Amino acid sequence: MSLIVATDLVKTYRLGETELHALDGVSLTIEPGEFVAIMGASGSGKSTLMNILGCLDRPTSGSYTLAGREVSQLSAAQLAEVRNRTLGFVFQSFNLLSRTTALENAELPLVYAGIGRRERARRAATALGRVGLGDRLLHHPAQLSGGQQQRVAIARAIVNEPRLVLADEPTGNLDSKTSFAVMALFQELWRAGLTILFVTHEPDIARYASRVIIVRDGRIVSDTTQVARDAALDVSPPKAA
Amino acid sequence: MALMIGQTLPVAVRALLRNKLRSFLTTLGIIIGVASVISMVGVGEGAKTRVESAFASMGTNLLLVLSGTTRSGGVMGGFGSLPTLTWDDLHAIRTEAPAVAAAAPAQNVRVTVSSDEENWTTGVTGTTPEFFDIRAWHIGRGTFFGQEDLEANNSVIVLGQTVVEHLFSPGVDPIGKIVRIRNIPFVVVGVLERKGQSPLGSDYDDVCVIPVTTFQTKIQGGLQKYIAGIIMVSAKSNEDTSRAQRQITALLRDRHHIQKDDDDDFSIRNLTELANAQQQGTRALTGLLAAIAVVSLIVGGIGIMNIMLVSVTERTREIGVRMAVGAKPSQILWQFLVEAVSLSTLGGLVGVIIGTFAARALAAKLAWPYASRWDMVLVSFAFSALVGIGFGLYPARKASRLDPIEALRYE
Repeated sequence: MSLIVATDLVKTYRLGETELHALDGVSLTIEPGEFVAIMGASGSGKSTLMNILGCLDRPTSGSYTLAGREVSQLSAAQLAEVRNRTLGFVFQSFNLLSRTTALENAELPLVYAGIGRRERARRAATALGRVGLGDRLLHHPAQLSGGQQQRVAIARAIVNEPRLVLADEPTGNLDSKTSFAVMALFQELWRAGLTILFVTHEPDIARYASRVIIVRDGRIVSDTTQVARDAALDVSPPKAA
Repeated sequence: MALMIGQTLPVAVRALLRNKLRSFLTTLGIIIGVASVISMVGVGEGAKTRVESAFASMGTNLLLVLSGTTRSGGVMGGFGSLPTLTWDDLHAIRTEAPAVAAAAPAQNVRVTVSSDEENWTTGVTGTTPEFFDIRAWHIGRGTFFGQEDLEANNSVIVLGQTVVEHLFSPGVDPIGKIVRIRNIPFVVVGVLERKGQSPLGSDYDDVCVIPVTTFQTKIQGGLQKYIAGIIMVSAKSNEDTSRAQRQITALLRDRHHIQKDDDDDFSIRNLTELANAQQQGTRALTGLLAAIAVVSLIVGGIGIMNIMLVSVTERTREIGVRMAVGAKPSQILWQFLVEAVSLSTLGGLVGVIIGTFAARALAAKLAWPYASRWDMVLVSFAFSALVGIGFGLYPARKASRLDPIEALRYE
């Protein structure tokens, strides 16, 4: 069964007299285990697509089935539950809660899943271990580097064992070396079975995906499958001599 | 709901602790409001108790029966100007009015009393032994005079503390000493316990009491049939005062053969009613102060609303993150509501503590009795929680209705 089946997604914004078609009939199917990059210029509609696929927004028309469930017309509370149980989010600006430890940040989705305190701490610690921050559990975001902060955010995204992780420009605020390391981490999680969908406008970053979708003017103009480049190679390139 | 509070309370408390000074300043309004409610009510209760005890000190369930008034050429003589109360009336009040516990005549005159050392002008009351019970006067030293003194016209006298102080040097035991009134020697048989001031400020201890028979024969004569003074009556209970008043009125009208449409030739003052009226006065004052306190609580509530709105704006991104990871709108609502209620109840708690101390300190300073009112503590605590809910609801709703996408994008 496909993880995502989106058919004829349309999102229209009214700006006074004119109508803006942010999405103009997008149909898309994503299978479990894919590592998809969505590319496009700003204003192409890729963020709108991402928000709808992430159940943060509802399409004006069209249908969207996520993990076998039609979610295009759910209420705000129902969407919150879908986000909590099925999805994980990584943002460009990390969006960690300040003055809150890495552990507590990673626990956040579990709080809203109604999981007990001890189990939360255990699972959050495990997730932080998976992203390589097992020794930084009690650090606050301000005490962590950008790459480390994004790792905490990734731990938060995977802590509730989601079916799909959505990342919006996850390397947008990072230098290139740190970006490669973060992408290497995503690839590691992908190889372990996680389905990942990320937005980027950098071709360098899109190379690491197994499939690249290009959006322009609210439509998909290209959808290609590729052999993903191994990001680990770029993190520590083999030194000459 | 319990689950939601359990989830959100630690989050809320932590958010409040993050801004300690701001949280404190925000709760200040509530603290002042609750503290003033508690202290005002405490002081009001103290005043009430004081008034109660002041009236209790005048006598127990006291009624005063005054004789009528003369009218000569349109000038009213005032109560007592025409003696209408007789000794038989007194006897009838004692025996025929079921709500009456005791009755005693009281005839007063201001005279100079002298001892071997000093002299002092004071009020001398001629009465019967029931008087001491009716006025709730207790003997300090010696004894009251008794029925036998009354029957034998004995020249015995009971002195108040103020009189003792003026007539005798300190340390002299006045019991058994002779004092003179208009050159007639009286033997001091008792000294009254100190009673302090009346509700009107006159000195209860500046008195002398002698048997009424002695008063009539030796101090101030008069028509023997009439009581040249008043009759003091004590009703059987506080509730019986009005009943006693009606019974005495009916009895005296009958005895004085007053026709149905004619006015009474006597009047009755019900001091319990006076006390109740005065208590109503203090109650009204307490109510007024409480109303002011409620206003300050509402102002405090507005302060909370204001700061919660600021907090919602400041934490828009946080709200966005929480929503993105699965917080339902209702959970966001609860988070901010619990925060507001924590603020206001914390303020209420501190206010109760400060208010209680303030009331105690004030009571001590004014030498009033301190009366704690647990119901007021509970009410003001509950009210402060209510203020938190009332004024926290709007900001919390605003937070819960944020669009997660907008919230995440908020700078």
